Amino acid sequence: MQSWLNQPLTWGNVLVLFLWAVVFLFIVLGFVTYAIYFERKVIGWMQLRIGPNRVGPFGMLQTVADIFKLLIKEDTIPRKADRVLFILAPALAYVPAFSVLAVLPYTQNLYFADLNVGLLYYVALSGISTLAIVVGGWASNNKYALLGGMRSAAQMISYEVPLVISVVGVILLSGSLNLRDIVAAQGGGWFWEWNFLPQIIGFVVFIIAAVSELNRTPFDLPEAESELVAGYHVEYSGFRFAFFMLSEYVYVYAIAALTTVLFLGGWHAPAPFLDFVPGIVWFLLKFAFIVFFLFWIRATLPRIRVDQLMALGWKVLLPVSLLNVFLTAVYLELFIKN
Amino acid sequence: MENYANNYVVVAIFIVLGILLPVVALTVGRLLRPNKPNDRKQATYESGNVPIGEGQVQFNIRYYLFALMFVIFDVETVFLYPWAVAYHKLGLFVLVEMIIFAGMLLIGLLYAWKKRVMKWNSI
Repeated sequence: MQSWLNQPLTWGNVLVLFLWAVVFLFIVLGFVTYAIYFERKVIGWMQLRIGPNRVGPFGMLQTVADIFKLLIKEDTIPRKADRVLFILAPALAYVPAFSVLAVLPYTQNLYFADLNVGLLYYVALSGISTLAIVVGGWASNNKYALLGGMRSAAQMISYEVPLVISVVGVILLSGSLNLRDIVAAQGGGWFWEWNFLPQIIGFVVFIIAAVSELNRTPFDLPEAESELVAGYHVEYSGFRFAFFMLSEYVYVYAIAALTTVLFLGGWHAPAPFLDFVPGIVWFLLKFAFIVFFLFWIRATLPRIRVDQLMALGWKVLLPVSLLNVFLTAVYLELFIKN
Repeated sequence: MENYANNYVVVAIFIVLGILLPVVALTVGRLLRPNKPNDRKQATYESGNVPIGEGQVQFNIRYYLFALMFVIFDVETVFLYPWAVAYHKLGLFVLVEMIIFAGMLLIGLLYAWKKRVMKWNSI
């Protein structure tokens, strides 16, 4: 990847980069397919059920079958819906979800775009998906969808603030917004040099806010089935619905990779004598653990109430994340700078 | 890194791909899926009942207040990011300045807290 990026730009090079991006798109789609399968299977086991086991060996083709079902299902747009916005919303949800993946580095040499403002790019683009949910909820012209969309937007903006502020500590430590530099700054030694221990407050705030940004249990209020039927996508059917689901799981991929990069040392081995194992293996292990962790808490925790949700975001996470920023800054001032 | 702009070409490629996938998938889907609309299918969904009134109902004013607070604190993060990147090169003065800035915003948060913006008593 690096050699392609350093060459002068020609149409041939753009074509090669485009083909790599297409390959990557299929990897992400494969990840989403099997993340859904894995989630259903893991939650099944945790609830002492078997989980999907009918389609293909061990039910491995269950999600593939689901996707084909959605593809050939009739696409109904309600008469009262705002057609243009209704059609636009699923695409608007998906575009930023896929675009943020461009800046994530996997190893020293395996990455797509090496932006100096990588982290800012991620934060800025992931904010756009809130807009898609509001647009989808509004355009459906449905009470459940509207309430679900408003709730979702309120939740996402409330948790975006602590999420964004909690990573400022990491930026302070590494002095860069470039995700590869952030990993390099954690590198080389033992696992306690990774950012998750020096930045333990920021790490905890980041994980909680990230789960909430993903709209996953225990923060899945926008999709609270028992009170809002399905939330903002209640009127969507067929492949338009699939794109909302797809962007949700693409964000699972993005958040898991981002957590690995920011706090868990990216491709670095946990101990110096384990350096002979390729970096991509470590990256994938950490990545898989975060994905599993997200499924695990879904099986463990109940959904919290909407008032508790907002109180947690503004009264606890925001002050704590600001405190973390200034603790880190004072620490750097006192012990590192001189 | 003499061709830094290439990285933005990659970003552009990702955005184009992100737009292409929904367009292609929904176009292919149009050829595959049936299309037999009728009045009942196109009615607004309200758990199977006949829908009552408009779908775009009034919602809580509280959402607007949250949006206002979000704007304030999101702007703060815009200031925090460059400050954090350049922190190693800056002096103690800038730290004090940022503490004063964040402190003023925290007073705003405390005011909203006191005014019970964060208290939620209906949907």
